[in-house]
Amino acid sequence: MTRRVSSTLRVEHAIGRLLRAGVLLSAAVMLSGGIWFLATHGGHPAAFSQFAGQPFRWNRLPELIAQLVAGNSEAVLWIGLLLLIGLPVMRVGLSLILFVQERDWIYVVFTLVVLSILLFSLSGGRFF
Amino acid sequence: MGCGQNMTLVQFSLATGAAGVAAGFLGALSGLGGGVVIVPVLTLLLGVDLHYAIGASLIAVLATSSGAAAAYVREGFTHIRMAMFLEIATTLGAVTGAALVAVISKNALSLIFAGVLIYAALNSLVKTGEPTPGKISPWAQRLGLEGSYPVPGGEQPYAARAVTGGFSLMVFAGALAGLLGIGSGAFKVLAMDRVMGLPFKVSTTTSNFMIGVTAAAGAGVYLHEGYIHPQIAMPVLLGVLAGATLGARVLLRLHVRWLRPIFGLLVLVMGLEMLFEAWPGGM
Repeated sequence: MTRRVSSTLRVEHAIGRLLRAGVLLSAAVMLSGGIWFLATHGGHPAAFSQFAGQPFRWNRLPELIAQLVAGNSEAVLWIGLLLLIGLPVMRVGLSLILFVQERDWIYVVFTLVVLSILLFSLSGGRFF
Repeated sequence: MGCGQNMTLVQFSLATGAAGVAAGFLGALSGLGGGVVIVPVLTLLLGVDLHYAIGASLIAVLATSSGAAAAYVREGFTHIRMAMFLEIATTLGAVTGAALVAVISKNALSLIFAGVLIYAALNSLVKTGEPTPGKISPWAQRLGLEGSYPVPGGEQPYAARAVTGGFSLMVFAGALAGLLGIGSGAFKVLAMDRVMGLPFKVSTTTSNFMIGVTAAAGAGVYLHEGYIHPQIAMPVLLGVLAGATLGARVLLRLHVRWLRPIFGLLVLVMGLEMLFEAWPGGM
């Protein structure tokens, strides 16, 4: 029992550390990307009153990385955003390890259900 | 309204960042999430399109939840099993709510938002009576929805009641979160504290822990619909994080009883403002 509890605590602490580090990393990426973006585009007018959404697709990821390498500051902002959105998904993934360690199969199933809903949503809300 | 039309990106980012700091700071002090403030400030004061505003708000919700969750898990109040079980409900709700944004008219969306703001405001202003807990649910033991939390002088045991009712309310809370880009923490706490009869501290910290996963479920759909604009999300995210961190520091040192009613009134005013803005346009 004691061993179970200590391994549970370990995973819970790992989850806490992951969230904290992830938020800090995402904020740092957003801050540097933001300063870079405003330094180069800051004088442009802010035009957000009309919705002209550019849907994000995962197949844009290689393009995004190419833009990042080419020095596109908005690509940095995207990376920061994707990092932030990915954090809770990783949190659920770590919980899965926790429940497998404890051989709590009901919760392994519950966690897999939550993980599938998240991946379903991130894949665009439609099945492939 | 909408004085943001003639701003440069630098001016817009500074104004949005400042609004984010205020939202994060007041949110951390009052317990009301910052998400309810971001959308009205962006749409009413800065003239941002409603869809972009809820996208930016959801990003702020994600940031505050992940930031705060790190602190709370360590304190031993968060019930990870409870959170995971109820996240099935909230993520299902969130994906559905987020998908509905595309089909619901902007006016209807504004009206729903106004209703939620007014509800949240009244909920924080009016002191409600003690919850009337039902019988301990047979599910509580089967699913391990019980535990204990640290109190001065030992551990206080607790177990969930009305699990089906709480679960259903969580689907609704998740749907509102996905539809409006908010954390809907008030509804999550309502489900756990009032319906499931969990201790208030366990409810609030577990709710906060769940908010991030719920928001991520909505964010997936938002990304694909294009509601998340990185140029708006950037100052909102940084502002809210700075404000929430500051607020949490201040909270440790002061007891600010008067702040909750003041913030409640502020949210009420914004709710009424959104109601009036949306009303003449009709649905």
